[in-house]
Amino acid sequence: MKRMVVIAVAAVFAMVLGGAMLDLPLGAIDLRIPVAANLGESGVSHPVTAVLLNYRGYDTLLEIAVLLLALLAILAVLGETRAATPRAAHPVLQTLVRLATPLMIVVAVYLLWAGAFRPGGAFQAGAVLAAAAVLLHLVGLSPGWNTPRLKLRMGLAAGFAVFLAVAAALLPQGALLRYPPEAAGALILLIESALTLSLALILAGLFLLLSRDEEAP
Amino acid sequence: MTFAFDLLLAVALLWSGWRTLTTPRLDRAIVLFIAFGLLMALAWARLSAPDIGLAEAAIGAGLTGALLLDAYGVLQRRRARP
Amino acid sequence: MTGGLLFALTGVVLFAMGVAGVVLIGHLLRRILAFNLMGSGAFLVLVGLAQRNDVPDPVPQAMVLTGIVVAVAATALALALARKLHALTGHLELPEDADE
Repeated sequence: MKRMVVIAVAAVFAMVLGGAMLDLPLGAIDLRIPVAANLGESGVSHPVTAVLLNYRGYDTLLEIAVLLLALLAILAVLGETRAATPRAAHPVLQTLVRLATPLMIVVAVYLLWAGAFRPGGAFQAGAVLAAAAVLLHLVGLSPGWNTPRLKLRMGLAAGFAVFLAVAAALLPQGALLRYPPEAAGALILLIESALTLSLALILAGLFLLLSRDEEAP
Repeated sequence: MTFAFDLLLAVALLWSGWRTLTTPRLDRAIVLFIAFGLLMALAWARLSAPDIGLAEAAIGAGLTGALLLDAYGVLQRRRARP
Repeated sequence: MTGGLLFALTGVVLFAMGVAGVVLIGHLLRRILAFNLMGSGAFLVLVGLAQRNDVPDPVPQAMVLTGIVVAVAATALALALARKLHALTGHLELPEDADE
């Protein structure tokens, strides 16, 4: 009975929303125009990166904070457990991962650098690095993570800390995260580098810390 | 012509999404979800959003799929050990 | 109908499927799958509706990029809680759902 009601309500919702979208008039505000107009002073030439790290840099700052919080919450939920002992996989797999990891690091650095001019940026670079770390663990070439100690903690917090430091240093100007146009490119690259490192560690940690909580067979 | 491709992609998205929720076996559902994530990456490419496509393929399909498969594996191991 | 509008409509249907799944499905892992479907549907609506005239718009694209990363963090936390629940009680359904 409940099943029928929920499915019916979901179907009606979808139809009403779909119908409303079909004759939606053109939006009153078009944000593409001010984005393109101010792209020269934003420090990068790719509009999505400019929006992410300059126009809406505040959202990205809060996003990295949310990621860090999620990692802390996972550590709190799972508590003190032993690191999962990696089982060595087939030697062909291990060789493949050994070959792929330096390539992935190069790709990540390229994505980080290219984010200023073409699609790329800190999030994609961090994701590639995290994937490399997860692969290394899955084939048995890298041990699992225990509760993080000082160096790992510093790496995890580096992105948020650098972003916050830049925001605090710019605060005397009056507005939050308003980069001076001549230093905007350098500041964005600095923030993106710290974000890439932190993001890679946090995303890898989401997997590697989560996979710890099994007892060794 | 390109609209036909978009239509096919949309139908594939809806079908894989539907089957993810209704297939009886959990491991099949997770694999279907990973396929759904890759189809989403294609959709982002069609929407002229390559940044999102990169992120969706790596994070949405890759990392989320790895997390889900790991959780499924742990559950199977616990169930096998009485 | 443009490509953007088509994907926006697809996103609405995906969202509706996801909501129905979260409400009706008891198994926690499947509920997390449905939750991710909801998120993907919402992202498609955001970008598809803004680009319904097939001109790329960077602002919703940046928002969706943020959304994808936050969604994976939420999924990881949900999986941690589900695994803890299973380790403590042996069930993967919440007690009030198991009673129905």
